Amino acid sequence: MAGDLGLLGFGPDGWGMALFRAGCMTLAVSVLAFLCGTVLGTITVWGRVSGNAFARRLAEVYVVVLRGVPDILVIYLFYFGGRQVVAAVGSTLGFEGPFDISGFVAGMLAIGLISGATQSEVLRGAYQAVPRGTIEAGRVVGMTRWLIFRRITAPQALVTAIPGMGNQWQSVIKESALVSVTGLVETMRQVSIAAGTTQEHFLFYAAGAGIYLIITTLSDQVFRLVERRSLAGYAPEGR
Amino acid sequence: MDMIFLRDTVLMLLTGLPLTLNLAVFGLLGGAILALILNLMRTTRVGNAVASTYVFFFRGTPLLVLIFMIYYGLATFATIRGSFLWPFLREPYWCGLLALVLNDAAYTSEILKGGLRAVPKGAVEAARVSGMGRIAVFRRVVLPIAIRQALPAYSNEVISILKSTALVSTITLMDMTGIAREAVAESWRAIEIFLCAAAIYLVLSLIVTRATIWLERRLSPWQFGA
Repeated sequence: MAGDLGLLGFGPDGWGMALFRAGCMTLAVSVLAFLCGTVLGTITVWGRVSGNAFARRLAEVYVVVLRGVPDILVIYLFYFGGRQVVAAVGSTLGFEGPFDISGFVAGMLAIGLISGATQSEVLRGAYQAVPRGTIEAGRVVGMTRWLIFRRITAPQALVTAIPGMGNQWQSVIKESALVSVTGLVETMRQVSIAAGTTQEHFLFYAAGAGIYLIITTLSDQVFRLVERRSLAGYAPEGR
Repeated sequence: MDMIFLRDTVLMLLTGLPLTLNLAVFGLLGGAILALILNLMRTTRVGNAVASTYVFFFRGTPLLVLIFMIYYGLATFATIRGSFLWPFLREPYWCGLLALVLNDAAYTSEILKGGLRAVPKGAVEAARVSGMGRIAVFRRVVLPIAIRQALPAYSNEVISILKSTALVSTITLMDMTGIAREAVAESWRAIEIFLCAAAIYLVLSLIVTRATIWLERRLSPWQFGA
């Protein structure tokens, strides 16, 4: 029953092109969400290591909440809650409905927010692993705080953070499958549509798994390359 | 703020709590057993290849794909529809649980692998010298040390499975997220309802965090000055 592989091809009645586009959509959502998370994570680290007690508290609450709540619930909240907000704002401003919100934007922001909480932990660990002495040395030779951050702290911290960031990226790719609940046609949604149309459920979900595996494996290679490059010059032999 | 509505929402969501906890507990138990088997397989060459492939596949694909593959996908095979497994695989509960177990096992086996590697060689040698058999060494020396080493990483996995149970709501199971989604479809008050659900999950994961800290202290008191 299952197994007309022609359905996956690029022929006239194959779903190949649609799956390829869906894979690109998965990548697009993931990349933007990951970048969003990096920015949020960096801001959160600033909060957590700052002297301001309120900023520290706020950053802690953000991390605890986003790490303790199911990802799909956050996406629902952004998508349906966002709709509720847009509708409320829209009707007070006197616009005519119906109101809608883009699944792409809602999903990307939701996953970015989740990723930001995890990335902040990775980045904080990396930041705290920077030897204090190098920072003090920078201060002694008269570097400003910004210059110390840019030339001493950030480069050292980033090298430590790369493996953790790689893991984070892998989980962002997989979380992006959840965005399919907003109706956005990414990989998961596209294979659901194809499975429903052709009644070849197993074949298409397996193909979906294959697409995710290709993306995760390739990005693993990229991260390994970056890791090797970043260690070049001062890493001990054999790392 | 409509306090009565919020209270009613929380009470309604709590009716989904037993299913959420049920899936989390059995998912973790099944995952732990399978993870132990995967690690025992790693001692042979073929077994090692099988275990690595398993981990590669299940860590590289989203859980949602796995859930759909099992729930919708397996039904396309006539052999499965005719087999003794069908009464189970027809039920969304068993499909969801199976997906959680398979997914959890992949992550747990990596955590356990790290724990097993951290067992000092000397401890094993000491046990061998004092005349313990292989099984006794594994059960009484290696495994307790490995579990203790792996506990901090495992607490993340416990929370992650607790959160992952929310995905079974996509295959019509009425766990807390399923109930929340249905309530939103009826009342269209998405923000209040989803925030209530989020708060309940948050409390659960805080309890897990507290409990693992307590357990960690009990298992390695010397690290905490006790």
